[in-house]
Amino acid sequence: MISVDKELCSGCGVCPDVCSYGAISLVGDTAQVDLDKCTLCGTCAENCPADAITIEREETGSAAELDQWRGVWVFAEFRNGEYAPVVFELLGKGRELADALGEELCAVAIGSGSRDQAEVLGNAGADRVLVADSPELEGFSEDVWARILSRLASEQKPEVILAGATSMGRAFLPQVATMLETGLTADCTQLEIRAEDRALLQTRPAFGGNLLATIVCPNHRPQMATVRPNVFRAPSMDFEDSGNSGRQIEIDEIELSPEDLKSGVRVVERKVEDLQGPDLANSQVIVTAGRGIGSEDNLKALEQLANCLEGAVGATRAITDAGWISHHHQIGQTGATVAPKLYLGFGVSGAIQHLVGMQGSEIIVAVNKDPDAPIFDVATYGIVGDVHEILQLLLQRICKGAGQTGG
Amino acid sequence: MNIIVCIKQVPDAASVKWDREKGTLIRDGVKSVINPFDYNAIEAALQVRDELGGTVTAVTMGPPQAEEAIREAISLGVDQGVVVSDRAFAGADTLATTYTLSKAIEKLGGADLVFCGKQAIDGDTAQVGPGLSVRLGIPCVTCIGDMEVLEGGKGLRVKRMNEFGYDLVEVEFPALFTTIASLNTPRVPSLKGKMRAKKAKIPVWTAEDIGADPDRIGLKGSPTQVASTYIPTFEARKEMLEGSPEEQVEALVERLKGAGIL
Repeated sequence: MISVDKELCSGCGVCPDVCSYGAISLVGDTAQVDLDKCTLCGTCAENCPADAITIEREETGSAAELDQWRGVWVFAEFRNGEYAPVVFELLGKGRELADALGEELCAVAIGSGSRDQAEVLGNAGADRVLVADSPELEGFSEDVWARILSRLASEQKPEVILAGATSMGRAFLPQVATMLETGLTADCTQLEIRAEDRALLQTRPAFGGNLLATIVCPNHRPQMATVRPNVFRAPSMDFEDSGNSGRQIEIDEIELSPEDLKSGVRVVERKVEDLQGPDLANSQVIVTAGRGIGSEDNLKALEQLANCLEGAVGATRAITDAGWISHHHQIGQTGATVAPKLYLGFGVSGAIQHLVGMQGSEIIVAVNKDPDAPIFDVATYGIVGDVHEILQLLLQRICKGAGQTGG
Repeated sequence: MNIIVCIKQVPDAASVKWDREKGTLIRDGVKSVINPFDYNAIEAALQVRDELGGTVTAVTMGPPQAEEAIREAISLGVDQGVVVSDRAFAGADTLATTYTLSKAIEKLGGADLVFCGKQAIDGDTAQVGPGLSVRLGIPCVTCIGDMEVLEGGKGLRVKRMNEFGYDLVEVEFPALFTTIASLNTPRVPSLKGKMRAKKAKIPVWTAEDIGADPDRIGLKGSPTQVASTYIPTFEARKEMLEGSPEEQVEALVERLKGAGIL
């Protein structure tokens, strides 16, 4: 519970200002907390200059118990016959975390055919690979994957488990965390080790990206986090560059019992759709349409530009919600996170929910008629101008033989 | 057939304003609404009930005013609802939340079928549905984009949407599913539904009512804690390209060539 020490409180008014929930007000000269609104997030206590606010938390884990958990695990998602790109991004980050802890980095692969390609995980920095491979692990079943990963974790006690916030990771990691009765932080954008207590500091956007919150899991192990694709950069897979040259990797194949493979979820058909054009996650160039695109003709011109730049088409939520383009193209808090070499935004105003999904792009070009649009605050190059006119000029300049398409 | 739909009252994204200077939400005038994905969960529950019979119960954990969300669910056709509310639940992370919801569902006599929205738009974790299925000991399929009742009404055949397309999966009851927007078009409240919602008695259950272990709820039952919060800063690297549209485009092309992109 939260309490305010009336002796210490000076009535300075800092806490009502920092509270994101509107749960604190000054009554007379003392801060008072509305417990119906308070979520015990602790921001007030952290900001109180008089240390008058305390939040009592239960200490449940004994240090000796926590100390038995060692090492960093990365869930190596294997799907459609290959490891997901996010696995390599996480191995890069996992290597850093494991080195900071002075522990091993282990990749855990589950899936039919995952054994044959396991060496590649070592090239990306893993010291050891745990593989659960069986022809029966062809179609993904939440319950089987969760059972296998949680069993391995309770037997081998890693202190950290990372996984991609993909459709697969988001489906079964919460089950694993619940089975292990531990914490899980979704969609982290930063991960680091706090040296003094080996805590994993997990930073994620809150309130649609308006705030970043750093989450810790002090009394339970493992500390679990998911990370969206394209948030971290994958390490170089080149032996010489990566420092992984000559790394001895150990591959442990896990024995699976029929009990392990029992599932309540039966996959009867797997449909891989032909996505239109290059997909967002793997494109070096992304041309994005925002509300200011104005017309579907301009959207066609934008698609043409993306096409001749060999890039993908992105969109803000306003455009996908309007049905102009499918939700697969949405970038931002409720869509994809992207980090291409070049991001071109046309008529994108730059709502924070969109910015959190593309701020990692190397070069950001923004075209908008409103000079005060927030997108210009993050843009490498900004053009204040008419979207239609600039698009047409770019098409003429960059794409040979292209130009006016309608409008 | 006992069908449960879990819903959450969230701040209406359209009415939330943000004070960038102070880094706080401007809560004045913020309306509370049912989480958008939960409407699809409610609709899915109603469709199954209409086909197979049974009762749909809406469950929400939140402050006492979350009762409005339950009333709205009833106006849409949900049979009954309950608010699980106690100050002791404050500070709950998803692990404590799934425990609390599972205790409420236990008190309701368990569930043959549970629907949740794929995620709440205020927290965006997408963890409560899958976590709750473990508490209840039933299978879970997330992000379903299409569904039909299996022959004999024994379960559901659903499209589980993913990055590449979808998997068609079959699950027998009892089971839990999380819903996305493309699953269905939620119905609008009927006049009769509105009348029923107005008159409905909505029970409010405390931690004691659901027999919750005090160590497993609220802050105490939450392994994760917020260590600090801060306002994100974006690296300012702005160069505005000036001149006529032709000159602006020319300047851009030059810079992209310089960066080796064109």
